Amino acid sequence: MALSGMRGLSVFISDVRNCQNKEQERLRVDKELGNIRTRFKNEKARFYFLAHVGLDGSLCDCAFECGEGLSPYEKKKYVWKMLYIYMLGYDVDFGHMEAVSLISAPKYPEKQVGYIVTSCLLNENHDFLRLAINTVRNDIIGRNETFQCLALTLVGNIGGREFAESLAPDVQKLLLSSSCRPLVRKKAALCLLRLFRKNPDVVNVDGWSDRMAQLLDERDLGVLTSSMSLLVALVSNNHEAYWSCLPKCVKTLERLARNQDVPQEYTYYGIPSPWLQVKTMRALQYFPTVEDPNTRRSLFEVLQRILMGTDVVKNVNKNNASHAVLFEALALVMHLDAEKEMMSQCVALLGKFIAVREPNIRYLGLENMTRMLMVTDVQDIIKRHQAQIITSLKDPDISIRRRALDLLYGMCDVSNAKDIVEELLQYLSTADFAMREELSLKAAILAEKFAPDLSWYVDVILQLIDKAGDFVSDDIWFRVVQFVTNNEDLQPYAAMKAREYLDKPAIHETMVKVSAYILGEYSHLLARRPGWNPREIFNFIHEKLPTVSTSTIPILLSTYAKILMHTQPPDEELQKQIWAIFKKYESCIDAEIQQRAVEYLALSMKGVALMDILAEMPKFPERQSSLIKKAEDSEADTAEQSAIKLRAQQQSSNALVLTDQRPANGTPPAAQLGLVKVPSMSNADQSTSGQGLTHANGTLTVVDPQPSSTPSPDLLGDLLGPLAIEGPPGTAPQSDPRAASGLEGGVNLDALAIAPVEEQTNAVEQIGDIGEKFRALCLKDSGVLYEDVYVQIGIKADWRGHQGRVVLFLGNKNTAPLVSVQALILPPSHLKIELSVVPDTIPPRAQVQCPLEIINLQPSRDSAVLDFSYKFGTHVVNVKLRLPAVLNKFLQPISVSPEEFFPQWRSLSGPPLKLQEVVRGVKPMLLAEMANLFNSLHLVVCPGLDPNPNNLVASTTFYSESTRAMLCLMRIETDPADRTQLRMTIASGDPTLTFELKEFIKEQLISIPVPSRAPAAMPPPQAQPITPPIPSSDPGAILAAVPYVPASWEAPNDMMQARAGGVELEYLGGFEVLIFFCTN
Amino acid sequence: MGIRFVLMVNKQGQTRLAQYYEYLNIDERRALEGEIVRKCLARNEQQCSFVEHRNYKVVYRRYASLFFLVGVDKEENELAILEFIHLLVETMDRHFGNVCELDIMFHLEKAHFMLEEMVMNGCIVETSKANILSPIQLIDKAS
Repeated sequence: MALSGMRGLSVFISDVRNCQNKEQERLRVDKELGNIRTRFKNEKARFYFLAHVGLDGSLCDCAFECGEGLSPYEKKKYVWKMLYIYMLGYDVDFGHMEAVSLISAPKYPEKQVGYIVTSCLLNENHDFLRLAINTVRNDIIGRNETFQCLALTLVGNIGGREFAESLAPDVQKLLLSSSCRPLVRKKAALCLLRLFRKNPDVVNVDGWSDRMAQLLDERDLGVLTSSMSLLVALVSNNHEAYWSCLPKCVKTLERLARNQDVPQEYTYYGIPSPWLQVKTMRALQYFPTVEDPNTRRSLFEVLQRILMGTDVVKNVNKNNASHAVLFEALALVMHLDAEKEMMSQCVALLGKFIAVREPNIRYLGLENMTRMLMVTDVQDIIKRHQAQIITSLKDPDISIRRRALDLLYGMCDVSNAKDIVEELLQYLSTADFAMREELSLKAAILAEKFAPDLSWYVDVILQLIDKAGDFVSDDIWFRVVQFVTNNEDLQPYAAMKAREYLDKPAIHETMVKVSAYILGEYSHLLARRPGWNPREIFNFIHEKLPTVSTSTIPILLSTYAKILMHTQPPDEELQKQIWAIFKKYESCIDAEIQQRAVEYLALSMKGVALMDILAEMPKFPERQSSLIKKAEDSEADTAEQSAIKLRAQQQSSNALVLTDQRPANGTPPAAQLGLVKVPSMSNADQSTSGQGLTHANGTLTVVDPQPSSTPSPDLLGDLLGPLAIEGPPGTAPQSDPRAASGLEGGVNLDALAIAPVEEQTNAVEQIGDIGEKFRALCLKDSGVLYEDVYVQIGIKADWRGHQGRVVLFLGNKNTAPLVSVQALILPPSHLKIELSVVPDTIPPRAQVQCPLEIINLQPSRDSAVLDFSYKFGTHVVNVKLRLPAVLNKFLQPISVSPEEFFPQWRSLSGPPLKLQEVVRGVKPMLLAEMANLFNSLHLVVCPGLDPNPNNLVASTTFYSESTRAMLCLMRIETDPADRTQLRMTIASGDPTLTFELKEFIKEQLISIPVPSRAPAAMPPPQAQPITPPIPSSDPGAILAAVPYVPASWEAPNDMMQARAGGVELEYLGGFEVLIFFCTN
Repeated sequence: MGIRFVLMVNKQGQTRLAQYYEYLNIDERRALEGEIVRKCLARNEQQCSFVEHRNYKVVYRRYASLFFLVGVDKEENELAILEFIHLLVETMDRHFGNVCELDIMFHLEKAHFMLEEMVMNGCIVETSKANILSPIQLIDKAS
């Protein structure tokens, strides 16, 4: 016994088996790998020599054989261990040479191991394989049959182009040789198949077709089985050349079906080689038809026997084998377009199959019925089974459900669309997530293709969005908008439906988008009905605004503009309300929203001009449904084309095209619309952000207020392109943050799943100190965040109030692409950060830009972390970088006059709104330097407020969503005698802000860089400051070491006293904060 | 190309044999094995033996604690593959006599030899048990 001889291997396998957990297993495997490596290392020098000699193939063999060192037995043992380890899922990146070298061992057991392990471990592009090419050839042309078999198998499994060119003639010779035994020839056939796939030229078609036909006369069923596979490959490439093989295939089939001359060894549960039968019928499906009447008759006789003679039997294996043959026969019958009678026989059989309990047969029944739909016109018979198929749609087995869905999709037409789509919709609410997207896409397509009336179509799509909004791509709702726009009869109905859905308590955001769009366009058609006046509609839609994301707000703004335009006579109250909203968004950080707000405001002030520009959308040009395109694309497959597929592709999809009705009264012809153009401002925006802001969502984004150029409907159509559903599919995820994040999540999971446990990360040297770079970026808004030999990450930020837009510039410094690029943001709880999609690959020497939207929710010193990783060659690099979205970025300098300052300072009396601390260990700096530092942190030093020249007073405004704008005041008292300490007083209207700001400034003043903080922990906002507050009653005592408190600074004491006296705190101007630095 | 891979995996999801007929690197293999094993092992006896995964169809069969999973093209004849698995098991049975997981584990090389005689380049090359086993018998005799 080969293995019982290898005790070391058995011991190792038992050891691994006894491991309690993955970690132990890894340790054991690592130990073994180390052991093997050491053993092989002793021979290393020799192998280097061999590698060099080996490239010149002729010398290589003798070099292998003259080796000393490890015995073949030992090598064999180690090589098996390697294979075992590799099978367990560990990378084995050494020892390939040893495996290859065994191929040239003289004895069969070693040689066999060499061949088998080599074909498992290496692929066709491996360099070492080239070293072996000569040994392999020698084995093929040699006299030893068993060696021939081994060599042919290796080449058949992993041989590449090089093998094809040098070995094809030898392999062909073996295959055709009459002196060669079947055991060699069957392998030669499949070896040739491999070589043919690698380089089709190695098989000369002219000479080969006769030989192929000869091969099919073979009596040995092993050789015949292999040859049939070879034939399938050849005919799928060029059936014309192999017509002569067709009758031979039929003969083979007859021989098997009649069980003539089939040895017992090839009979499986009484069925003559079911695999060869299947393969033969598969080969026949590559010929378009069978012309010769005799052959045709013989073939149909056989097929008829199979169709009629296959009974259900008790033995599972026999049953499966006979049904394997039966299903292949069904496929062949369908392919041959047999007579009607035989066809209905097939459908009857399939109808029986889809109703049986046995799941495999039911699955295959559904699958083959779907295939049947594609090739023949038997829909009516299949439709009779509709109820049965719908039952399978609810089967507990997802495999069967998928088949049922595909079949229902395929068999749907005008007559049954309503039933089927309603079934799909019903199923949608309970379907598993894995199927929902496919299900909703299919339902949408069917509804579009076969809608008996258009209002039904609108109903279906709205239901889809309602039930599975997350799985409804933008394409789907764009499409329904197109239909409604192009069909006037539909518009009032759509508006009513939209309003109904909007009335529901919790609706999906996509529903808000589509409803708002439709109501903006068409609600005026129903304005006379009770409850439909513009103000009501507006209020109704506006309620949803706080719940939606930034991608929906632009649509709502357009809707408001349209409602305003349709309100005749103008409603001043409404106008005021809407203008106020536009004004609010005029300074929005999102460029799309801002632009719309500014423009709609300007336009709506123009009065009559607005009429034209914001009129209803013109009709969309006819275009093929992108949904159908999408579905077709996803079906495209790279595998070998089957005859069925080829045929199916010829069937064109006949989706409902957009009806282009004549323009009715009231619809302004396109010519009245101003020429639409994207203004330069938006261009600039796009070029800086590089990502192209999403203009997608379905409204005229920008209109030139002075229509001067000649309007052109064509141009209009083109410019409207992006809002139609034909927008490039790639942009869809961008405009839908949900989809984007979903995608990201998926990618991560994948990455986790395949990340090898022992993978080395961060082997790359970083350029410059990350901490230094971070600190620099805290004080400025652009610069380099990170750099190593492969990548540079630059940053450019723009801060406005509590919002920020940061663009990451990911630059690949190399001439090779960076792959598996991932950027994740780990935001602290006080920041809301949205990162746009980061491409998986960065092309060589290219830079990609990834914009980040940041919203500051509340004061905190924590910083966000960017988890960035990529792969370059074998290096996986992962770095965690703090993002300079720090507290001071949300400060805006404000200088205050003494008249403003002192009342504020006084009113903020004592903790927790005003905090004081003596800071020691301060980085020594001159007062002017300190003032500069504060200025760069956006704290404006207000000279002259404090009469003491050693003190600094500064103020700023802090922005966050919870505090809005809040004034902060600061006073720093320094000691000229000891610059390493100072006293700091901070005041603001928010206790958390005061505390966080104090700590933040302290960090800036103390020289030791603060270690990076994990983003998660935020100090409990309302907790008392950690530093013991200075007792308010006696600041002088504490300041003993800090000599001087100026007379004018009685103020703080006053304030404190005031507080002690129970005076209410007074919030300044509503929302401002002051900062104060007192120095000494 | 027919058969893309043959896997033998036990109930705990440990791979006992893996043979691929198209090259996947170790990370891809691990990911693929993890995913399909998770999918197949979660299924029960009443469900069919076919699972669609990515662009493969996995035909699987369970024998006691061991799952045999064969990844094939979407076009492949599923039942023929299902019985091919059984043929493989019967062949191993003939050699080992009542084959079990341990036989495959500790005689990995033999399992590989048998499979190599049966499948080549993703195509079925031999279905006669006697022919499949003859090279192994040759080695056994030699040693």
